[in-house]
Amino acid sequence: MQKVYTEIRSIIGNVVTVRAEGIRNGDLALVGDSYASVIKLDKDIVSLQVFAGAQGVSTTDPVRFLGRPMMVSFSENLLGRIFDGTGVPRDHGPALTENMIPIGGPSFNPSKRTLPNKMIRTGIPMIDVFNTLVESQKLPIFSISGEPYNELLARIAMQAEVDVIVLGGMGLKYDDYLAFRDTLEKGGAMSHTVMFIHTASDPIVECTLVPDLSLAVAEQFALEGKRVLVLLTDMTNFADAQKEMAITMEQVPSNRGYPGDLYSCLASRYEKAVDIDGAGSITILGVTTMPGDDVTHPVPDNTGYITEGQYYLKGGHIEPFGSLSRLKQNVNGRTRDDHRALMDAMIKLYAQYKESLEKKSMGFLMTEWDEKLLKYGALFESKLMDLSVNIPLETALDLGWEILAECFEPNETGLKTNLIKERWPDQEAVR
Amino acid sequence: METITGRVTGVNGNLIKVSFQGSVRKNEVGYVIVDDKRLKGEVIRIANGEASMQIYEMTQGIKVGDPVEFTGELMSVELGPGLLTQVYDGLQNPLPDLAKKCGFFLERGVYLNPIPDRAWDFTPAVKVGDQVEAGDTIGSVPEGIFVHQIMVPFITRGTWTVKSIKAKGSYNVRETICVIENDKGEEKELSMVFSHPIKQAVKCYEERLRPDEPLVTKIRCIDTFLPVAKGGTFCVPGPFGAGKTVLQHLEAKNAEADVVIVAACGERAGEVVEVLTEFPELEDPKTGRSLMERTIIICNTSSMPVAAREASCYTAVTLAEYYRQMGLDVLLLADSTSRWAQAMREMSGRLEEIPGEEAFPAYLESTIAAFYERAGKVRLKDGRKASITIGGTVSPAGGNFEEPVTQATLKVVGAFHGLSRERSDARKYPAIHPMDSWSKYDGVVDKTRVEEARSILHRSNEVAQMMKVVGEEGTSSEDYIIYQKGELLDSVYLQQNSFDPIDAVCPPERQRIEFDRLYDALMTTYDLQDKKEIRGFFNQLRQEFLDWHATYFETAEFEAQEKKIEAFYQTKAVR
Repeated sequence: MQKVYTEIRSIIGNVVTVRAEGIRNGDLALVGDSYASVIKLDKDIVSLQVFAGAQGVSTTDPVRFLGRPMMVSFSENLLGRIFDGTGVPRDHGPALTENMIPIGGPSFNPSKRTLPNKMIRTGIPMIDVFNTLVESQKLPIFSISGEPYNELLARIAMQAEVDVIVLGGMGLKYDDYLAFRDTLEKGGAMSHTVMFIHTASDPIVECTLVPDLSLAVAEQFALEGKRVLVLLTDMTNFADAQKEMAITMEQVPSNRGYPGDLYSCLASRYEKAVDIDGAGSITILGVTTMPGDDVTHPVPDNTGYITEGQYYLKGGHIEPFGSLSRLKQNVNGRTRDDHRALMDAMIKLYAQYKESLEKKSMGFLMTEWDEKLLKYGALFESKLMDLSVNIPLETALDLGWEILAECFEPNETGLKTNLIKERWPDQEAVR
Repeated sequence: METITGRVTGVNGNLIKVSFQGSVRKNEVGYVIVDDKRLKGEVIRIANGEASMQIYEMTQGIKVGDPVEFTGELMSVELGPGLLTQVYDGLQNPLPDLAKKCGFFLERGVYLNPIPDRAWDFTPAVKVGDQVEAGDTIGSVPEGIFVHQIMVPFITRGTWTVKSIKAKGSYNVRETICVIENDKGEEKELSMVFSHPIKQAVKCYEERLRPDEPLVTKIRCIDTFLPVAKGGTFCVPGPFGAGKTVLQHLEAKNAEADVVIVAACGERAGEVVEVLTEFPELEDPKTGRSLMERTIIICNTSSMPVAAREASCYTAVTLAEYYRQMGLDVLLLADSTSRWAQAMREMSGRLEEIPGEEAFPAYLESTIAAFYERAGKVRLKDGRKASITIGGTVSPAGGNFEEPVTQATLKVVGAFHGLSRERSDARKYPAIHPMDSWSKYDGVVDKTRVEEARSILHRSNEVAQMMKVVGEEGTSSEDYIIYQKGELLDSVYLQQNSFDPIDAVCPPERQRIEFDRLYDALMTTYDLQDKKEIRGFFNQLRQEFLDWHATYFETAEFEAQEKKIEAFYQTKAVR
């Protein structure tokens, strides 16, 4: 029984209300020919969020309730396909309707998770050595507009060993979308990729559906035992879309206009990253652009509290400060015995280099120690930090020791004596 | 008793409105019946003859007209033997059991028995005719490493007489083991399990005492410089990535408490998994048993429904109070209280209350204060002392401590361990800022010497600031030595490597010896000429101290290294 309601009572922003009975919260409806979902019930007044936007909706447009929540088709046929924010193909392929699954499903039982312990090698020393990426990690790339974050994302996607890639694009520039598609096609990764793309010109509500669609599909692949990498770019656009919708619905804003539930909103998506006991895994790499390079902006700030670290992309390279992989301890104890200690020592020295650099820029006399640090910093930046460097972890560690030996005496590094004895390249200096 | 029922009249997020007939209490629990599922909720407001309920589950699929059943009972937890080692969600649903029943996902509307259904060896402690009141022990069962006392429910009023009590033997946890009667002739059957409303503090003790005994965490920076007391409260605010959770896990592992309750409130599920995998493998230094045997985990991670997040902190503290009543020292670690406050904010927004600062509700401060006040050291009626120590992390927006949750928390806690982004960026862990943080409690080392050491840190910091302006060349040798002393104190005492098997745990005896040696080295006047010599000397001294940290305590190497350190700095000492 499909009843048609033809009396829309109000149209505010993208929300329309209609009088109807027996409607469930979260159900899908058709307003005219655009999908909409039920977001609020008050007695017989039903509020509907129209996905394609309420522009041009007339008060006499028919509203049909479909009696089911938003769903997406799931099968192997998804691979190699590109869809928009409501699951409609944008690659001129056939629409998929078999095996529909609901989106935004329940949360994973923490007791069925396993401890993430598999490293994902990327060949980027700033990631592999200093902030190792781990399977099932959720990690954003914090960046300002104009940085090559989408290139970095694509590069990691191409090099990481995973079974399925799901790309969720939100508010993507059309040429960025094409660039992603072309890179993945050229690299031969398109055959195991699914894309849900919302471009900047598409209706705003669809933007908020992209992560849910991407993650619902990823979850099914993971349950089938696949290792899935989900790329979400850009989550700031997602948050902004949430803000726009909350404000038109007259919710009390909490911080810079963002709704009070921004944290929960982001968390329920990122938390889908999981290493499943006895099945596959979902790793999430997102991009969060920081308006005005401000890490305290609500979006990067809330994201940072949710994710397991972040890569901080600045000036074309991954910053050692501010970047962090919380799960690195799970894997870097088993890579090589000097990995952790070397990583810490090099970062501490790099921090001192930054101080010396500051002193130098203020015109102070450089001491011998400062000179050493300056030399170290320059080597570190050119040999390890540069994004074009593509070497395996072990080579990068050896390179680290060489840089240290080139610049410092062993006791200046703060490393333990036994490790220095074992690894210091110039063994004469150790004795 | 007749059940009060109602009908749903509106749904907005996780808030529903219900029209009802008869009497409904504020904060009572009700269930919305959706298809074949019963979704739990709590009445949080009654206005215009309609009850507003927050639903602890996702509200998808609820429609106007769905029936609601009210229970007449406040939101409660079940207390009894078998709580230890469990992993619960915010509503005390055992998660491993739920996984067995529902598989990978947390299905809504499934509520399981929190207390495992099994038999325990009961030993009575009262006899027929004895007078008992709330919180009195009627018997005991052995639960892992503890003698678990079976008590008269905390909400019982007045004095009751024992009418019957089971003899020593094995009984099911829910079987009646005791019948009590009051002077009005009312009878009550008691089993080993009873429930207690989570928002009502348990007050079955003689008096509250001042927290005067340190709670040893084996973290040098805390025990020596910023101590926490048994029965005290402390908060750990810090920006993301500064190491709040790592620090809390260390405390959960190493703190010298009898029972540790970890409330993961609105944080990452992965962190709970770490505890779940790690703790059963670790040994409790005090008892030699698995660390899990003294641990309860309340886990309401960020993707679980928001309303249950609010309940989870109260669930945790009620469990803590239960074990305190047995004369134990309980440590409750809540991570993070900001998420809990945000849950309140979300609900307040849905209720369309007038927002306070940053849209937090006006009752934020009083709610936080009331929560921390449930900590404390008490003397029980039988004279034993017991305590609850509460440590909460705070996740301030933008790492700015001026925000409402941090400020409200700072007003009520006894110690403040502020984490700093600067220190964590420089990999100085634990990233507790040694100068901004404070503690009102007594530590493991003599206070006056700690103050002297701290003043070196302050002066060193002043010199460092000055050096930024005048440069190293404009700094006198004396000042430069002070600067280096401060740096030494920081790098060899305040910093501690939590991933090093030896350095991660520093017992108080070791702290005293190490502090004494360091104190001596800091108070010594050195005869050093130029900056290069000074730097070289302190670099070497630091190296020696770090190597000392790598030796096992109470071994010959440990003592030898201490002598080596002393010999080294004495060569340059001015006599």
